[in-house]
Amino acid sequence: MIGQDSWNIQLDSNGRLKHFLTIEGLGSQILTEILDTAESFANVNEQRMKKVPLLRGKTIVNLFFEASTRTRTTFELAAKRLSADILNINISTSATSKGESLLDTLQNLQAMLCDMFIVRHCDSGAAHFIAGNVAPHISVINAGDGRHAHPTQAMLDIFTIRRNKGHDFGRLRVAIVGDILHSRVARSQIHALNTLNTGDVRVIAPKTLLPTDIEDMGVTVFNDLQTGIRDADVVIMLRLQKERMQGALLPSEHEYYSLYGLTEERLSAAKADVIVMHPGPINRGVEIESRVADGNRSVILDQVTYGISVRMAVMSMVLGRQPEPNESGAH
Amino acid sequence: MDDIAKPDRLLEKLAVDLRQLLEERQIEDPLMVGIHTGGVWIASALHTKLGLPRPLATLDISFYRDDFSRIGMNPKVKPSSLPPQVEDKHIILVDDVLQTGRTIRAAMNEIFDYGRPASISLVCLVDRSGRELPIQADLVGQHLQLGPEQHIKLSGPEPLAFVVT
Repeated sequence: MIGQDSWNIQLDSNGRLKHFLTIEGLGSQILTEILDTAESFANVNEQRMKKVPLLRGKTIVNLFFEASTRTRTTFELAAKRLSADILNINISTSATSKGESLLDTLQNLQAMLCDMFIVRHCDSGAAHFIAGNVAPHISVINAGDGRHAHPTQAMLDIFTIRRNKGHDFGRLRVAIVGDILHSRVARSQIHALNTLNTGDVRVIAPKTLLPTDIEDMGVTVFNDLQTGIRDADVVIMLRLQKERMQGALLPSEHEYYSLYGLTEERLSAAKADVIVMHPGPINRGVEIESRVADGNRSVILDQVTYGISVRMAVMSMVLGRQPEPNESGAH
Repeated sequence: MDDIAKPDRLLEKLAVDLRQLLEERQIEDPLMVGIHTGGVWIASALHTKLGLPRPLATLDISFYRDDFSRIGMNPKVKPSSLPPQVEDKHIILVDDVLQTGRTIRAAMNEIFDYGRPASISLVCLVDRSGRELPIQADLVGQHLQLGPEQHIKLSGPEPLAFVVT
């Protein structure tokens, strides 16, 4: 479903962001524009008056086919702080009910005259599929599709790194630890870090939790945590998805923690001013020790706060575009 | 086109006029608010000249513009710094060039999102032709008649100078 040119549908003929489906195929200029715009909204979010009238009259739909709390609520808050109207639609559904019924759902939502769909789905490529099948005036933002991509999460992670470590990614060593194989977050992070020319991007995981072609993505691979996080400026922990344990990919939670759990002791191999990140939800005592998660090098809750600003930035960039002639469905 | 005075000379005049205006209106503790970017330069100079005790506040009205859906997002919006006490304050709103009045409309909307000021007075270095809204300044450094194709912009902050194109 994710074809060679599929990411090109993200940009309009003027090269501006129309959909936000994946980091892949976007240049550093657009990523930097998202970060700079998010910086402006971070200022708004730090004020007493956190709401601006920018998207008044726009209607945004949170279309979640897969459970989510953090992502859904921060998208909702972002839309509200931009004065847009937002609908929350949670569709618990099995993977088989795409095809016809999905298109029917979309057509009904279009009939409600919406401007943007924010889509989370357990199938890789679902957001692309929806972007390719909606009316031309509707924009789609991918809020996570299968193992494929979670671009706003990656951008809020990059924003968190930039706020803590400055704008020069070339001198940074970033280590991503955990279940890379199933992680759409890791994939989007790696694309974003490489697009911004990060000096050293590392992934650290047992062989069973690494995609076979991971080195082609431009990362260095480590199977040992201690070696991998040496002198790291940023350590990003991924959630160990417990459901994966059944696939015999891992012996036990306990053994995983003993080898890959981030403890204060292990963290001492990283730089003294290292920051620790995690997209959440965290499994204490499985991939991260509580002392680290709650410690002074953890920026895990800042990530949540910045997520609002980054999502406001993407929404306002996408909905602030001058509509093109072929988007005549606009109202 | 008329000759344009130097910004520094207009500032001298505005400082005198503003002191008089505050006296007439019996405003003792005004809150001065400059609009980014040029308005902040002017406000900062006036604030110093008048020795106002209350710190200068600033506004970036980009998120309140009415042409957002036509020109899109300006990625670098500076933070507004309105103080907590807008309520019941006498506000002196300062901008460099008054033309359509849309910036002032947006600035007033933003101020009212923070509270209900006792009054707002508008001070502009230059009032040029081209008004599209019923907005006028209380104090003006200089009035200018410019055609719709003519543009005037303030460069600064050191030195302040007008650029006419």
